Amino acid sequence: MNDNGVHTDPGALNDLTDAAAQQHTKVAPDGSSVGYKARRTLRIRVELQRQIRRRRTQLVLGFLVLLPFILALSFEIGQSDPNRRSGGFVDLATASGINFVVLTLFVSSSFLLPMIVALFFGDTIASEASWSSLKYLLAAPVPRHRLLRQKAISSGILSVFALTLLPAVALGVGVAWYGTGEVVSPTGEAAPFGDGVLAMAFAVIYISINLFWVAGLAMFLSVSTDAPLGAVGGTVLVSIVSQILDQIEPLGDLRNYLPTHYAMAWADLLSTDIDWSEMARGTFSALAYGGIFTLLAARVFKTKDITS
Amino acid sequence: MSRLSRLRGRWTIPALIVVLALVAGGVYFTRSGDDPVAVSFKEANIDAPESPDSAQTVTIETRLYLPQQTPAPAIMLAHGFGGSLRSVHTQAEEFARRGFVVLTWSARGFGRSTGQIALNSVDREVRDAQKLLDFLGTRDEVEKDSGGDPRVGVTGASYGGALSLLLAGVDKRVDTIVPVITYNDLAQSLLPNSALATPRADATPSATAFGEDGVFKRSWAGIFFSAGMTSIDLSSPTGDAPEQGQRESNNQQAAVPQQQPGGNSGAQGQQPPTPSLGACGRFTPEVCAAYTEVATTGSASQQTLELLRKSSPVAVTDQIKQPTMLVQGEQDTLFGLDQSDATARQIAAAGAQVKMVWYAGGHDGGNPGTALRGEIADWMDFHLRGKGADPGTGFEYTVQGAFRSSGQPSLRTVVAPSYPGLAQGSSTERKTLKLSGREQVVVNPAGGNPASISNLPGLGSALSRSSAISSRLSLDMPGQAAVFTSEELTSQVLLTGSSTVKLKIARGDQTSGEAILFAKLYDVSADGTRTLPGSIVAPFRVALPPDGSAAEVTVTLPGAVRPVESEHKLALVVSTTDQAFANAEQPAAYRVSLASDELSVPVVPGRNVTEGFPTTALWGIAIALLVLIGSGIVAMFRRRMAQDFDPDLEGVPLVISNLTKAYPGGVKAVTDLSFRVEHGMVLGLLGPNGAGKTTTLRMVMGLIHPSEGHIRVFGHKVTPGAPVLSRIGSFVEGSGFLPHLSGAANLRLYWAATGRPLEEAHVEAALEIAGLGKAVHRRVRTYSQGMRQRLAIAQAMLGLPDLLILDEPANGLDPPQIHQMREVLRRYAAAGRTVVVSSHLLAEVEQTCSHVVVMHKGQLVAAGEVSDIAAGGGEATFRVDSPSKAADVLRGLEGVHDVHEDEDAVHASMNGVPRAAALTALVAAGVAVDSAGPRRRLEDAFLELVGE
Repeated sequence: MNDNGVHTDPGALNDLTDAAAQQHTKVAPDGSSVGYKARRTLRIRVELQRQIRRRRTQLVLGFLVLLPFILALSFEIGQSDPNRRSGGFVDLATASGINFVVLTLFVSSSFLLPMIVALFFGDTIASEASWSSLKYLLAAPVPRHRLLRQKAISSGILSVFALTLLPAVALGVGVAWYGTGEVVSPTGEAAPFGDGVLAMAFAVIYISINLFWVAGLAMFLSVSTDAPLGAVGGTVLVSIVSQILDQIEPLGDLRNYLPTHYAMAWADLLSTDIDWSEMARGTFSALAYGGIFTLLAARVFKTKDITS
Repeated sequence: MSRLSRLRGRWTIPALIVVLALVAGGVYFTRSGDDPVAVSFKEANIDAPESPDSAQTVTIETRLYLPQQTPAPAIMLAHGFGGSLRSVHTQAEEFARRGFVVLTWSARGFGRSTGQIALNSVDREVRDAQKLLDFLGTRDEVEKDSGGDPRVGVTGASYGGALSLLLAGVDKRVDTIVPVITYNDLAQSLLPNSALATPRADATPSATAFGEDGVFKRSWAGIFFSAGMTSIDLSSPTGDAPEQGQRESNNQQAAVPQQQPGGNSGAQGQQPPTPSLGACGRFTPEVCAAYTEVATTGSASQQTLELLRKSSPVAVTDQIKQPTMLVQGEQDTLFGLDQSDATARQIAAAGAQVKMVWYAGGHDGGNPGTALRGEIADWMDFHLRGKGADPGTGFEYTVQGAFRSSGQPSLRTVVAPSYPGLAQGSSTERKTLKLSGREQVVVNPAGGNPASISNLPGLGSALSRSSAISSRLSLDMPGQAAVFTSEELTSQVLLTGSSTVKLKIARGDQTSGEAILFAKLYDVSADGTRTLPGSIVAPFRVALPPDGSAAEVTVTLPGAVRPVESEHKLALVVSTTDQAFANAEQPAAYRVSLASDELSVPVVPGRNVTEGFPTTALWGIAIALLVLIGSGIVAMFRRRMAQDFDPDLEGVPLVISNLTKAYPGGVKAVTDLSFRVEHGMVLGLLGPNGAGKTTTLRMVMGLIHPSEGHIRVFGHKVTPGAPVLSRIGSFVEGSGFLPHLSGAANLRLYWAATGRPLEEAHVEAALEIAGLGKAVHRRVRTYSQGMRQRLAIAQAMLGLPDLLILDEPANGLDPPQIHQMREVLRRYAAAGRTVVVSSHLLAEVEQTCSHVVVMHKGQLVAAGEVSDIAAGGGEATFRVDSPSKAADVLRGLEGVHDVHEDEDAVHASMNGVPRAAALTALVAAGVAVDSAGPRRRLEDAFLELVGE
């Protein structure tokens, strides 16, 4: 912590000035230094390195690995009450490894998964702003649209990885605990284990698409504020409000316009004759909301004055 | 004002308005057409003969609902037992909105119709309905097949459903019928016997024994009878049954009207309940006597059975040729799936088209929901008008899963191409499960009490919504029940209909000549939870040989739809009592065993109903994607167009022209600023805090958009992310590092983010300039302010930029470090680079820079070489022993002015007069001059310049 030993060696200065005297910047027609290419700035690999080394990324991924074990253990520890209210994924969870995956996705898809996506997308630019590193990236220069895009892609990769990690670990835990039996759907259909695995793969794809609106909103808030907590928390708040409104029956069909309305449509995948209509609507809803927020985010970021 | 202008500046308000308008338009577009069209109806009383040859008449109250366009085909909509035309008001309006003329009426003995209830007697209620057909034949609003023969379909639930069957059998003017949750044979419904010594050969999924001499369904019969007595509608289901795709119940609307006493609900329920007319109420004496007989003895005489059978559709089903859609409930302990099964077989044998629908409701589970009512209307549309797709002759059943969200079960509808067993040669697929269990003795308690409980008639529909209660409802009294269990299933079996099993029943003692027993088939989960599908039991009466040997019977278990999961078991329970039935009064014991260990379970394979191809949503997806891609392409072209280069300025590191930055609210950070930085300069940007230095530098870096004017770096106009920025190294307003990474990693990742070749970076040289020693491998969050500052300056020098911009670089550094930094900057500029440094410290600029730009309140105050500015426009300072005397001397010189004195010095504006001349004058005047020179106090000059 002390600055002792912090000094510049005169030799180093000589080295630098020598280097500067010898090196003459070659200039490209667009005025840039020749080594600079806009399309090579902030490559995904670099951005992923920057994010993966963060403690919060490691903690989130670690928790996702842990969650299925916690669930499985709680089923082991919890007393089985024969008079309990029957019905629900919880009752089906122990039927087979796949049903355990279904349960894991079910309990996490209303709050945990949107929160993780909101974290990866909402934190990405706001945290750079809060560290003041954003201005140096932009002055490097990483073009603004490219910065937003590369950050979005990296957050997307991390989100999809997280969304895949959870069911993958749950599948492992489920198979170890409950075996490779038939998967039972909420509507009482049974399907072979292999079909169940395929259904879960599609479910992860659907959930990833469906959470695009969360990504878009988080991104929008992330470029609008310099406080990472504001971006993440605001997104989660909107998601919760939407889910609350979805519970209010008098709203009727208006609830179809809520972005979370089709969040559970992936449950339709557990059927032999899959009804794609809800999922198609969910995809459209997510793309529409996500698209609007993404365009807003791009516009705000493009015209924004970076003062952080 | 300020908020408004900011919003306007960002185009937020117009964008918001456009988005809101689009959303509102979308909502309006998708929801328009939902407004219900008002439907009017006309009331009329129609007189009909009391009985075929009677001169007496009864008055039937009717309502005729008219659609917007007439003539149209008609639908006769009959009400359930205990109801009246008012209880079908909502459904009648729905049909009318679909474009049908709808006739509703109160059957005799119900509502405001006069007469006595004869239980759908062919001579009475059916005649009344024929009279109504005559009436429809006279109406101009009704489309006709021929004169006096209206185009008409008949539908109704329960009592009304039976009427539709009877009317279709009797009167060929009826074109199609949709009977809902109704009976085939009232005798078999109220006095069922599910056992036969020799099984029937029926191949349908839910064919029941229909044995003679059944067991009296006491509770339901009582409810039925009292409904006729008091006109209180206890027998009709309340609310709608849940449906596929419907996530929460929206039944309230439909449920409320029917819960009003008197069955007078609906639009205008003003009539008081009909007063009770003695013990028989509004029943005919025959019906009343029959009920009294059965209720008191628990069995029916031949005459009673005859009466019931004559009033049942079974009497006419061989006459029905009209296309028929049978709708039956899976939650129905009154008229089970077996009733519609029998009707279907009989009608199909008569040659009519039959479509079968089993839905997740019934007398215990609710009326058909919106979707099913729509399906009924579709059926009518096709068969009365030829409109729409052919609904076909398939078989639909609803499977209820275990999952409940918001209290409603998850449902799916399965469609099979036809109801198996109707066509010649077709039969229901059956799976055989092995049952096991020893012979068991079961005891019938005296008086049949306490009795096992399987369901609570009339309350069932309320209960079935509460899984907590319904799953605990069924109860088998210990000692009264024999249990036979299957092995664990290895894969799911979707039970669809009535299973059958062969049982041996023998006397357990010498008292009993016949046994009344109740068979139930439980789904037992791996943890032992038992579920009785549909809460239905199969009662049977079997005569026992007096010699104590066993009677062998085939028992048809209740019809149900139930997915039995793998690892679950099926448990057959045979009990001696059931709360809902008239149990045997005499105490007795029976020996119950399996005659065969085979349980035959019907399954009907089919396809799940899906909502069809989601075309609209797919279009929406395509449009959303196109808009996104299109926006990306437009933005790309706009960026390409934004390039701007002035070749004349190619060699000039920085030119700022008329630069203005106005922040929202009108505050101007920079006003009309112009200056040039030439190659090799170390330019100091000097100004007090808030002078606009940092804002200017941020604009140079493309971080802030100028309001007016522009900046050119090496001739290229600066825009956000302009490629020319790659030739600038910058450090503005504090360091920016990832706190979780080390200093070295930060620099490497920063350089990696620029995407430039690593060999251009000179990372090692930069790190040495920072001189952090070993600390360079520690996380940045552990650094002191000075260390971060040095690291940031090193980062700015990565790649040896042509233009180095440093904002307040000396902040946080200690004097030796500041000294080193000055050295670095000077030598860097000397090596052929240009440096711009901002500072609010004069000494700093004076010692570091060759040139200076002085800013104050966002405006340029002075620009030039440091020595010029410091010279203060030719002022000179003379250190003298006597300032006042010296001042006098100087004032006396031609051209010198603005003389003022200090404690030990005098300052004067020389205005071209050589200092040497002034010196000579002073010395001549006898003033002792200690020193003379330009006024070397930039601070004074600066204060003077900024006017403070």
